[in-house]
Amino acid sequence: MDANTTAIATRARFLNARLAGWVALAVLSCALPFVISSYHTFQVTMVLVYAIALLGLNMLTGYNGQISLGHGAFYALGAYTAAILMNSLNVPYWATLPASAGVCLVAGFLFGLPALRLEGLYLALATFALGVTMPPLLKYKALDAVTGGVQGIVIIKPDPPFGLPVNQDQWLYFFTLVIAIVLFLLARNLLHGRVGRALIAIRDQPIAAEAMGVNSAIYKSLTFGVSAMYTGIAGALGAIAVQFVAPDSFDIFLSISFLVGSVIGGISSIAGAVFGGAFIVFIPNIASQISKAAPWAIYGVFLIGFMYLMPGGVVAFLRIALAWATRRFRK
Amino acid sequence: MNIFWEQVGSGLVTGGIYASVALALVMIYQATHQVNFAQGEMAMFSTYIAWSMIHAGLPYWVAFVLTVLISFVGGVVIERVIIRPVENAPVLSVVVVFIGLLVIFNSLAGWIYTYTIKSFPSPFPSQPLFGFRYVSPHGIGAIGVTLVVLVLLYAFFRFTPLGLAMRAAAQNPASARLVGIRVGWMLALGWGLAAAVGAVAGMMVAPIVYLDPNMMSGVLLYAFAAALLGGIDSPGGAVLGGFIVGVLENLVGAYVIGNDLKLSLALVLIVGVLIVKPAGLFGKTLVTRV
Repeated sequence: MDANTTAIATRARFLNARLAGWVALAVLSCALPFVISSYHTFQVTMVLVYAIALLGLNMLTGYNGQISLGHGAFYALGAYTAAILMNSLNVPYWATLPASAGVCLVAGFLFGLPALRLEGLYLALATFALGVTMPPLLKYKALDAVTGGVQGIVIIKPDPPFGLPVNQDQWLYFFTLVIAIVLFLLARNLLHGRVGRALIAIRDQPIAAEAMGVNSAIYKSLTFGVSAMYTGIAGALGAIAVQFVAPDSFDIFLSISFLVGSVIGGISSIAGAVFGGAFIVFIPNIASQISKAAPWAIYGVFLIGFMYLMPGGVVAFLRIALAWATRRFRK
Repeated sequence: MNIFWEQVGSGLVTGGIYASVALALVMIYQATHQVNFAQGEMAMFSTYIAWSMIHAGLPYWVAFVLTVLISFVGGVVIERVIIRPVENAPVLSVVVVFIGLLVIFNSLAGWIYTYTIKSFPSPFPSQPLFGFRYVSPHGIGAIGVTLVVLVLLYAFFRFTPLGLAMRAAAQNPASARLVGIRVGWMLALGWGLAAAVGAVAGMMVAPIVYLDPNMMSGVLLYAFAAALLGGIDSPGGAVLGGFIVGVLENLVGAYVIGNDLKLSLALVLIVGVLIVKPAGLFGKTLVTRV
């Protein structure tokens, strides 16, 4: 065999392995809700929900270089849009998603316009203030009739349609899974194409990007909009899954855990969002199992520990590990 | 009119607190070009240390000085042990480490001292001073302490060789290293100073808002707004910004939007400053060369 055919054979083996991996993942994610308890199914649903939100943040912060410490505000906006539509106007749950998406797209785009002038730290501060301001706004007395004030809004859990033989939690899991897959594929196509290259160019070399004809103002504010839209859809899904929205569940800590999840998963990656979602859902639980008295201290130790071990996030770490493993096997 | 002046007076008092936390933020920013999100929680923890010493029977000013010293050492140790290993990591990873510090301090304080609200003594007399009716004596004392700290810091940075070395290390690390300044230690010193200033701020704010693990969360946001308003690289601007934000917050809260939406003022202020004058009132405008 000459070198060329060897290369082709290696490539084919690699593609086969990759295909097998995807099939295994698909089978696993379909079988999962039938082998674990309802509560765990709910947790996995929340991982997917947060993964969608983090994907939005990754686009903005990881690919476009705009730091946001206030994405909880868009999550809250999406959640409240869905809750108000379902509660006051009796809109079916699936129809609230496009509405939340639209509202957050516009809100994100509008916030993205003044944010154009801000970079790095200053943008982090402005978005931080946005995140902090959201709960008091939602509690505001004048809006009580619509938002339910401090008490929030209770939502009824949707039943599975067409008489499918699954329970509510399992149905919600599959519903979220399908939406997550669609959104991830869309994001992948967006980020791996012309638009994605423009975003990365703006992040790394803003002046060169402008010189190449990239309209950075439009790209940046639209990225803010699309990012807020992803997070808003996640908010709507999260509200349906939790069956409850209240101002205090969308405090600044939510925004901060989004950024934390993003960075820990790997901020300039698409797959990182899933790892980040898992971190947000599971690590606080593990922390409170380790120490009932000071769970957040343990959480903080986890944060710092993750950053020491994998400063580039889980995805970067896996990439390095994979490269190391392949080198080992070749020899 | 009396009520108006009372609002202005209490605004000046809270403004003094925002000013000292803003000062600490600006210090770390000048020394390291990082914004420390854990600043407020570090100050809160220092205040708890002071509280336990006063509780154990030490006189106030002894406890005060000891707390400032302990906080200084604590700041240096945190930089050396926790921040140093991630020195070369991406900026966002450093931010996550700060957030980790924030939750650790908050949780530790709640664990050691419980979440019940404690009162904290004021070192100043309770009789009105110099016939000022609108500002409480503690308020005047707190403002005075803030101004003293400002003057001390200014003198330190302006007139001492160590201050000069710290400024050099922040502005141009490579050249500073070439002339023999130990840049790493200068960063650690910057952290120590900021922690000490934060401790002073915490001990001044505690008699007004009472001591609990979450006492600094609102303060930190206003301090951010103050630092931005004054210019994030200008200590004097941060102090003036603090007073402006404090007075504005009280007046707007009392007359315009009510207390519920007071926190939104910080957002409006931050976004407004950033849009109209991103460098702040006294900050240097950075020009990037292409």
